[in-house]
Amino acid sequence: MKNNVGREISDEILNSTNHKPFETTEIGHPTVHYTGHNVRVTKGDDKLVDSLDQVIKDNLKDGMTISFHHHFRNGDYVFNMVMDKIIKMGYKDLTLAPSSLTGVMNDKVIEAIKAGTITNITSSGMRGSLGEAVSHGLLKNPVIFRSHGNRARSIENGNIKIDVAFLGVPNSDRMGNANGMNGESALGSLGYALVDAQYANKVVLLTDTIVDYPNTPASIKQTQVDYVVKVDKVGDPDRIGSGATRFTKDPKELKIAKMVNDVIVNSPYFKNNFSFQTGTGGASLAVTRFLRQSMLDNDIKASFTCGGTTSPIVKLLEEGLVKKVMDVQDFDKGAASSMKSNPGQTEIDGSWYADPDNKGAMVDQLDIAILSALEIDTDFNVNVLTGSNGVIRGAVGGHQDAGTAKMTIISAPLTRGRIATVVPAVNSITTPGSSIDVLVTEVGVAVNPARKDLIEAFKKAPSIPLVSIEELQKRAEGIVGKPKPIEYTDRTVALVEYRDGTLIDEVKQIKD
Amino acid sequence: MDIKKTALAGTLESSDIQITLSKGDNGVNIDLDSSVEELYGDQIRKVITDTLAAYGIKNANVKAVDKGALDCVVKARTMAAAQRALETTDQPDWEVF
Repeated sequence: MKNNVGREISDEILNSTNHKPFETTEIGHPTVHYTGHNVRVTKGDDKLVDSLDQVIKDNLKDGMTISFHHHFRNGDYVFNMVMDKIIKMGYKDLTLAPSSLTGVMNDKVIEAIKAGTITNITSSGMRGSLGEAVSHGLLKNPVIFRSHGNRARSIENGNIKIDVAFLGVPNSDRMGNANGMNGESALGSLGYALVDAQYANKVVLLTDTIVDYPNTPASIKQTQVDYVVKVDKVGDPDRIGSGATRFTKDPKELKIAKMVNDVIVNSPYFKNNFSFQTGTGGASLAVTRFLRQSMLDNDIKASFTCGGTTSPIVKLLEEGLVKKVMDVQDFDKGAASSMKSNPGQTEIDGSWYADPDNKGAMVDQLDIAILSALEIDTDFNVNVLTGSNGVIRGAVGGHQDAGTAKMTIISAPLTRGRIATVVPAVNSITTPGSSIDVLVTEVGVAVNPARKDLIEAFKKAPSIPLVSIEELQKRAEGIVGKPKPIEYTDRTVALVEYRDGTLIDEVKQIKD
Repeated sequence: MDIKKTALAGTLESSDIQITLSKGDNGVNIDLDSSVEELYGDQIRKVITDTLAAYGIKNANVKAVDKGALDCVVKARTMAAAQRALETTDQPDWEVF
């Protein structure tokens, strides 16, 4: 059957995976039930152990679900260390449920799939060699892609039942009181891992720094932790970000950033105590700089930013232009290391940040979200997960979640090399067009026709070149030409859930 | 027209294509390595073949390394390589332009 964004979802998939097709971005007021978890009672005197092997042996069985966080991003040492042992110990049929998978984990995941150790995966995304391998059919069961908010929701309602969570932390005491902000490998916010710590049956902390008891602030608490394993090194903080905090000199990115800023300033939301979220990448960071100047010029301060945090955002906090940074993860070393000295840089967990099924998440209070896109189609549907060649190469992240902001802006170049960004139909839908309000490209700004109020507001601003999204699509096609359609097999290699757990799209296997 | 010597045009920069033309005796054989092969491979081969045909080149081995070049770039690099290979760089073939 076709879902509400026109994507074919096979009945077989709906039945076998117990999914409903996507209908609407409105969550409403359902009553949901949160699942419980097992607690092995202890006074905690024997939590600190040296042998990770023994911990795995005593707690892991074939068929279980294991989780990790990705807060060390490409500087992560924990995932490969633990996964390597699990593969060598001969475990089978595990479900891997990390908050996301970063590039450094790719080879080990592929090895684990080939060995039969991992047979199911749910993640925010995957890239590089792993995305290629899965797109070509390496994993028998389809990967389930979930947004950060949906992951928290799925852990709470038991769709993801974590048996053992292996969580790397830059510090912990012998009882498991730990935070992300102190220590040599500080990663800042432990936001996504906090949900695992709260709901997993067994919580194993791995750390290279044991501190005196009691350790505060304790983001993860001794009441939640079963084991503390001392290891040599949990991560390389220099590789949390790729040094992306440099201010871009790319004239195209600067032009887009300036136009995004014009859109914000001329919108009804740009007033005292507004709130916003930005992503990473050159244009996004440049927006922050332009926005800073506009806030100074108009004497406007923001009440909060949320989501992934970068150094330029922390700078706004330190200058008093932003009152609170509600921080679920940190994208660079600067933002990671500043949490300990900035009381306003507040750690929030994945549920507080973006969960649709709780009593109110930060994203529900968000005025403006500035997000990116691999592709956007003429219905404003956005793809951030698969490339134009159909290969998995991205992550849902918080895209669907932040997309619920009052004004969601997509900033993207019209084309990247010979790949069009504005297309007739996206390769796979991550975020439905009804969530997206404005598209900013270097050649013009397209507003979702449903937002007549924004169109009227921007008509009064001569600096905003309004065009229709159809015009942008035609212009892109005029430059790059019409691509040949990609050939797929009938097999589904991945399911893309909307943040409420309904199926918004399927990703098919690439024909070799 | 017969190719007189092996000639090259273009770079390996993003959005460029590097074309190497050398003598062949069995039609136009294109060895294409492209970052957008699945989407535009056929189109790139067609532009190269058409451009060489406009110069009357019927036999050639073409090595093309593409980094997402647009059609106009593919054509321009192929023309430059063709004129170099034909040793006619001082007599631009305006018909092909």
